Amino acid sequence: MTKTAAYQLVCGLEIHAELKTASKMFCGCKNDPFHAPEPNCYTCPVCLGLPGALPVANKKAIEWTIKLGLALGCKINLYSKFDRKHYFYPDLPKGYQISQYDLPFCYDGILETSTGPVKITRIHLEEDTGKLLHKTINGEKVSLIDFNRSSVPLVEIVSEPDIHSAAQAKEYAKKMRDILRALEIADCDMEQGGMRLEANTSLKESTASDLPRYKVEVKNINSFRFLEQAIIKEIERQSELLSAGQTPSQETRGYNPETGETFAQRSKESAEDYRYFPDPDLPPFRFSEQQIEQWREELPELPHQRAQRWVQQYHIDQRFADSLSVGQASTASLELIFTNASTQSLDVNKIASAIVNKRLTVPTSSDDVDAALAKYQAEITTSTVDTEAITPIIEKVLTANPDVVAKYKAGHTPVLGFLMGQVMRELTTKPDPQALQKLIITTIEATNS
Amino acid sequence: MTNNLQRLTLADYVAGIKAKQFTALEVRRAVHETIAAKNSQLNAYVTVFDQHLTKTYEGQLGGAPITLKDNILIKGERTTASSHVLDKFKPPYSATVYQKLKQAGAAIIGKTNMDAWAHGSSTETSDYGRTLNPRNPEFLPGGSSGGSAAAVAADMTIAAVGTETAGSIRQPSAWCGVVGLKPTYGRVSRYGIVAMASSTDSPGPITKTVEDSAMLLNYVAGQDPHDSTTAPNAVPDYTSFLGKSIKGLKVGVLYQDVAGLEKVNEQIEHAAKVLEKLGATVTRAHALDPHFAIGVYTIVQRAEVSSNLARYDGIRFGNDRSFFGSEAKRRIMLGTYTLAKGYAEKYYLTAQKVRTLFINDFEQLFSQFDVLIHPTSPGFAKKTGATEGEAMFGELEDMLLEPSSVTGLPGISLPCYHDSQTNLFLGLNILAPRFREDLLISVADAFEKATNWNTWRNR
Amino acid sequence: MAAQNFTTQQVKHIAALANVPVSVEEERAIASAFSETLTVIANLATIDTSTVEPTAQTTGLENVWREDLVTPETMLSQIDALANAPATAQGYFVVKRILHHDQ
Repeated sequence: MTKTAAYQLVCGLEIHAELKTASKMFCGCKNDPFHAPEPNCYTCPVCLGLPGALPVANKKAIEWTIKLGLALGCKINLYSKFDRKHYFYPDLPKGYQISQYDLPFCYDGILETSTGPVKITRIHLEEDTGKLLHKTINGEKVSLIDFNRSSVPLVEIVSEPDIHSAAQAKEYAKKMRDILRALEIADCDMEQGGMRLEANTSLKESTASDLPRYKVEVKNINSFRFLEQAIIKEIERQSELLSAGQTPSQETRGYNPETGETFAQRSKESAEDYRYFPDPDLPPFRFSEQQIEQWREELPELPHQRAQRWVQQYHIDQRFADSLSVGQASTASLELIFTNASTQSLDVNKIASAIVNKRLTVPTSSDDVDAALAKYQAEITTSTVDTEAITPIIEKVLTANPDVVAKYKAGHTPVLGFLMGQVMRELTTKPDPQALQKLIITTIEATNS
Repeated sequence: MTNNLQRLTLADYVAGIKAKQFTALEVRRAVHETIAAKNSQLNAYVTVFDQHLTKTYEGQLGGAPITLKDNILIKGERTTASSHVLDKFKPPYSATVYQKLKQAGAAIIGKTNMDAWAHGSSTETSDYGRTLNPRNPEFLPGGSSGGSAAAVAADMTIAAVGTETAGSIRQPSAWCGVVGLKPTYGRVSRYGIVAMASSTDSPGPITKTVEDSAMLLNYVAGQDPHDSTTAPNAVPDYTSFLGKSIKGLKVGVLYQDVAGLEKVNEQIEHAAKVLEKLGATVTRAHALDPHFAIGVYTIVQRAEVSSNLARYDGIRFGNDRSFFGSEAKRRIMLGTYTLAKGYAEKYYLTAQKVRTLFINDFEQLFSQFDVLIHPTSPGFAKKTGATEGEAMFGELEDMLLEPSSVTGLPGISLPCYHDSQTNLFLGLNILAPRFREDLLISVADAFEKATNWNTWRNR
Repeated sequence: MAAQNFTTQQVKHIAALANVPVSVEEERAIASAFSETLTVIANLATIDTSTVEPTAQTTGLENVWREDLVTPETMLSQIDALANAPATAQGYFVVKRILHHDQ
């Protein structure tokens, strides 16, 4: 809790994610802007906005957008269309972006976080813009434009202002990324701009029921860490202003990771007039209930669903299940380990714990699963050290003796003897000394301090 | 020009080439000589392609000289839409209609003049000078496909392809005394054609006879994977509808009660009698007042224009927006206004609703009639200079054609009267339900053969 | 939709929104042209459209889309993509630096 305790954060996130279709949203150009060999080589009359060019919608991108909506519990607009959103900027070749206005493909969804649900207002599909590079050439300040990214399919996910802490914002964004990846529709490479975050933030007095009268938009955040920091900064900045009786300006701000500060970019007093109207070049879409149901059936199991299933099916602790469902290890291999372990009447939760604590490596090939299990079993049963029971004790001792641990890490290996003694004091049965020493070393090396 | 080969119709050309009565080269030479003799006065062409004099062509059209309006893109060839913004623009790709004609063996011999960006009904607002009416150079050819219609009327081409957003094929065809067919919206691909109003733009043939328009339509019609608004409907052989009897056909006559049209309606009455003699039953019909179509068309068109012209910023191609002429600037700005916050409901949305009323009105009319007829234009061609200071010249001139344009219906205009004093013509406009170009061709062909208004037939 | 007299101030504002450069003389001419246009189309307000749905497209088509395939034959080489540009550098289109984003 900070001095801002009198105020509560009211925050909504807007997430843009590039879909990894093979071709672009409205033309058959290759969709691979990050790996293009040179600028402006994945272009055509359509995505360059040349005279006479016409858009043709990518069916897969539409299907994936709806699947994303279904995965997030959204309702689907059975009748939908694309609209033109007008503004002038050099990276927008047609002078308008094909987007969706009043009939987005998906609306009214929800994403659960550990501190409460965040409702999703809408998910719509649009085309990305080209990319600008600012340079100075021959002393002149110019912008270089690359249209390889122009018209790449982009989903925009807008949340209600249900987020109440910077940590929750980070969790929401991370979970969204996990779902996009689990559906295999987006890579979400944040450094490249494959996933972009924008936060709308304001503060209200904790006792107030109305939403605040202003909103500050923080844009161009390309990491979860920066998102959290930027929001924390905004809470500080806005509560200072509010405490002084001022209302923060309605504006757009950027985040400078070097200074850790947000800075004003441009005033948003008058909202842009995008002059939306239905794109006459693209007929509307009408989906049947059956089509939507078929797409729903094609959804893969999502991380949070898998975690729940593991908890129920294998009695794995929630924390292990949550971690493993989004971790690096292949789902298929994990599934196989759990199933095999279960068949052998082994304690699956202990195995899950071992995997999380890196004492059991998940093999990449399913052929090696049984061997890995057998090896693990051998280690804990034939070894005279009950790894699972003793590790917590070792950790306790290490934490109580940080200076000793530091000495060992600096190269004074004899101090191990002291640590061993401390551990053995806590044990009822005397373990094999060699195995115990090995386990202590492993445990020290596994901690990241 | 001793052989007069430039006076051939497209049908006679194709037949004559097959029968080896003449060669493609001979005809092309005759056409080029005609262009050389007349174009400096008439200014129908923006660009003439000389290189085609020695080329040979495969395909059914056998090298027939055909011209395209300068808003139709040809790869590597200057395409301007008659605007200084595109003065030096050479597109890296070609329009679908160009590809189709090329495949059919046409020789595209040049690009014709138009009102800049197709914003007009006179070809007087071209950035490359006005085109004159070949029938009487004191008068305008109409527009925006004025260059196309003038080229056909003056035998500076065997046939032409123009575009219509509301009147731009049919009106100049009427003013120049030729045949102009605006197909159903979605019948012909718009891919590679400088967009004006995306929801009404229709490329179509401008020709010497109805037979020629049926022939050309065969080649340019059809679904295009590059254009999402083209229809999957099969393309029939439109020439099979020539020479058909129109006995028993129900014809409705529109706009006979509209003030100011008395003179032209007199000629429509005569035309109606011709159709009756051919066996059709002709009845007066009441339609929704076309004055309302002016509002619908003006708003929808200018809104879509303001959007479609947003891409011309001089960064990727062309000159910057200061090169727009005053007509283009006016239309872009009015369009922006009708879409602006606080005004879109009042203007844009209302226009789209009244459009529905016109669609319903035609549906009701076509439940009683097979085709509808009315004057193409409120009068004869206007004199040069007529557009000066007129903010709404085009939209007012095209009032009678706007209802069918905004509703996407097909229509054909052909000559139905000739004034021997001025040498100017009046056009009869025939309308049919969507995708019923067959009816247009049958009725127009019958009318053309039963009368003497056609310059090339029976001469 | 009563006819109204447009001011040059309003014209200035629309010109900015439409990104169209207009001179002072043009402003005046456009203001009067606007007034004329709006007068002509004022009759639309006299029609009752309360029970009518707007028509955006006359084709009646729905669900027109394409499979997710790359079509190399429609793609342009970098040279062709840049061929008509007035200013290019190192494979990019060049434009004078914009001082602030529009979006």
